[in-house]
Amino acid sequence: MFNKNDLEKIKQDKQKWEDGTLKKVLDKRGEQKKVFTSISGIPTERLYSPPDISDLDYGRDLGFPGDYPYTRGVQPTMYRGRYWTMRQYAGFGSAKETNERYRYLLDQGQTGLSVAFHLPTQAGYDSDHPLAMGEVGKVGVAIDSIDDMRVLFDQIPLDKVTTSMTINAPAPVLLAMYLSLAEEQGVSMDKVGGTIQNDVLKEIICRGQYIYPPKPTMRLTVDLIEYCQKQVPRWNSISVSGYHIRESGSTAAQEMAFTIANGIAYTQACIDRGMDVDSFAPRLSFFFNCFTNVVEEVAKFRAARRYWAKVMKERFGAKNPSSMMLRYHVQTGGVTLTAQQPLNNIVRVALQTYAAALGGCQSLHTNSYDEALCLPTQEAVTVALRTQQIVAEESGSTLTIDPLAGSYFVEKMTDQIEDEIDQYIKKIDAMGGTLTAIEHGYIQKEIQNSSYRFQKDIESGERVYVGINKYTMEEPPLTNLLKVDMKQGDIETDKLKKLRAKRDTGKWEKALNHLQEVSGTNENVVPAVIQAVKARATVGEICDVWRNVFGEYRPKEFI
Amino acid sequence: MAEKKIKIIVAKPGLDGHDRGAKLLSRIFAESGMEVIYTGLRQTPEMIVEAALQEDADVVGLSSLSGVHNYFFPRVVELLRKKHMDDVLVVGGGIIPKEDIPSLKEAGIAAIFGPGTNTDDIVDFIKDAVRNK
Repeated sequence: MFNKNDLEKIKQDKQKWEDGTLKKVLDKRGEQKKVFTSISGIPTERLYSPPDISDLDYGRDLGFPGDYPYTRGVQPTMYRGRYWTMRQYAGFGSAKETNERYRYLLDQGQTGLSVAFHLPTQAGYDSDHPLAMGEVGKVGVAIDSIDDMRVLFDQIPLDKVTTSMTINAPAPVLLAMYLSLAEEQGVSMDKVGGTIQNDVLKEIICRGQYIYPPKPTMRLTVDLIEYCQKQVPRWNSISVSGYHIRESGSTAAQEMAFTIANGIAYTQACIDRGMDVDSFAPRLSFFFNCFTNVVEEVAKFRAARRYWAKVMKERFGAKNPSSMMLRYHVQTGGVTLTAQQPLNNIVRVALQTYAAALGGCQSLHTNSYDEALCLPTQEAVTVALRTQQIVAEESGSTLTIDPLAGSYFVEKMTDQIEDEIDQYIKKIDAMGGTLTAIEHGYIQKEIQNSSYRFQKDIESGERVYVGINKYTMEEPPLTNLLKVDMKQGDIETDKLKKLRAKRDTGKWEKALNHLQEVSGTNENVVPAVIQAVKARATVGEICDVWRNVFGEYRPKEFI
Repeated sequence: MAEKKIKIIVAKPGLDGHDRGAKLLSRIFAESGMEVIYTGLRQTPEMIVEAALQEDADVVGLSSLSGVHNYFFPRVVELLRKKHMDDVLVVGGGIIPKEDIPSLKEAGIAAIFGPGTNTDDIVDFIKDAVRNK
C-alpha cells in the first residue's frame, strides 16, 4: 500500500523521532512498564506506523465488505442496512416464567430469542432424574417434553422471530420439538429461522455438557446438519463456539484457532457423509466471546473472517461465496465480570459491545452486571439490552463499515492473530486433526496454561483488574438477586408424572423403538426423533435410547 | 521433620460444567505441596464422599457455578458425618451470593471463596485449618 521510497523516509523519520523527541522524554521519566501486552499477552509496541504493515495488500488482505476474503465484513452494507440482531440468552425456572421474560424482551425492542435450557435438559436428563436434583430451572428453563416447549413459545409466532437454542449433545431432540411446534402453529419449514448450537466438540474440550463418545455424538451433529440442509433452509444447523473456550481461559487467538479447528472437523465430517460443501457450509455459523480490550477483539474478528474464508476456498474448494463467510453471534465476556463493585460491569459490557460492533458481528448478547452473583434480574437485563441500543444508536459505531480498518495497529494485530491461528491449525493437522488433539488433551492443556498465566498475572499485580487487585473497597452485598424456587423440581416432577400417565403409551413405545432401530443404522435419525417428540417422548427418554445404542462418554482429565 | 502432605479432593458436584476454577486450583494446590485428586464433572455427593473415604483425604474442595451450592454443599458434609469423617475439612467456591454464606457455614462448610479471591489466601486458609485441626 506504500511505495518503497515513502516507507524508507518514514523509517528514517521514526529513527529521528526515537533519537530526539522520544529519547528526551524517556531519559527524564521512563514508561510505566518495560513490556506492554494485550489482555491475551500479545506484546504491543509503543507506536505503529506504515513500515509495520508494509506487506499489506489491500485487495488480497482486506478487499470490500461482502467480498472475499471478508476481512471488512460479510455484508456489503453491514449496520447501515440493519443492526445486528439483539438477542439476549435467557431462561430460568418454568417454561411459563421464561415465556414472560421473552415477551417482555420482545416488547423492549429485542429482535431475536435465545433459549437457555437448564442443565438437566443440556445433559439429556428429565427433571425427575436423580442427577437433576437441585438443578431444575436453575441456570435455564426446564424443558422435558413438547408440552413445555409449547408453553415456552406461547403467543410468539415462530415465523416472526428467529430463535437460537443453546443445546448440543441432545440437539436433535430440541430441534424436533421446535419444528413440531412450528408445524402446530401452521408455519411452513421454509419460514422457520434460527440457530442451534449443536457443537459437541467444544463440550468435550471445555463446556462439559457432553453425553456420548466423540464419534456417535458427531454422527448426531451431522444428521442434524444434513436434515436442515434438506428440510429447513433458513436454519443455522450449527454454531461452532469459541465463547466457552475463551471463558475457560484461552487467549483471543486460541479462541479463534480452536474454534476454526472444530469448524474444519465438522466440515470434513459432512463431506465424508457425502454432502457437497456448498450445500451446507452457508448454514454453518459461529459464536464468539468479546472481552474489554477493544482493538484486540476487533483484530481477532477480522483475522478469523479472513482465515475462515481461505480455509473454505482453498482447503475445501468451496465455490459459493456464502460458504466462505464467517457469520457469528457474540456474547460479551462472562468471565470478565466481577462480583466486586458489580456496577462497574456495566462499563465493561459497554466496551465489549462497542468492540463487537466495530468487529462486525451478526448478533449479540450482552451480559448483565449482576451475573457474577446470580442469574440476571429483569432490571439488569434491561440495562444490558439498552447498552446494545446505545452502542447501535448513539456511539457512531454503525455509521460506516469496519471503521478501524487501515489503523496501523489494528492491521498489524489482525495479521499477528491470523498468524497464530495458522500456526495452531498446522500443528493440529500435523497431530492428525482436532479429534486426536482433543484426545491427547493438547487443546485442553493449551487453554489451561493460558488460564494459569492469566491468574498469576492478576495475583502478581502485573495485570490490573479493577476492584480485584486495585481500587478495591469494602461494600455492602448486592441485594435483590434473582432466586429460583427450590420447589421447581417438584413442580416439574409432577408435570412429568401427568404426562406419562396421559400419553398414548402404544404410540410412544412404537416411536422410541423405531428411533432405537434407526439409531443403530446409518439412516438420518431426525425424522424418527420428530415422531418421538410428537408421541410425547421426553428429552431424557430419547437421550436414554442413544445411551443404550452409543454408550456414554467419560473424559480423561488433564490438569 | 517434614510435614505430612495435605490430601485434597477437588470436586464438581452436579451437572455444572464450569471447571476453569476447579482445574486452576487443582494445579495451584499441587504446586503448594498438596496431593490433589480432581474428580472431574458430574459428581453426586455420594461419589465425592466415597472418594474422600477411599483416599483418606484431609480436605474436600467443592466448586459450583450453577446455583446448586445450597443443596450440594451441606449434603456432602452430612454424608461425611454419617461416615464418621467429621475431621475432613470442607471448603467451597464458585458463584455464591454473600447472603447464602452464613447458612453454608452453619451447615459445616469451613469457608466459601467467591470470584476474585487470591489463590494464596485459599492455600493459606487450608494449610492453617488442617494444621490446627
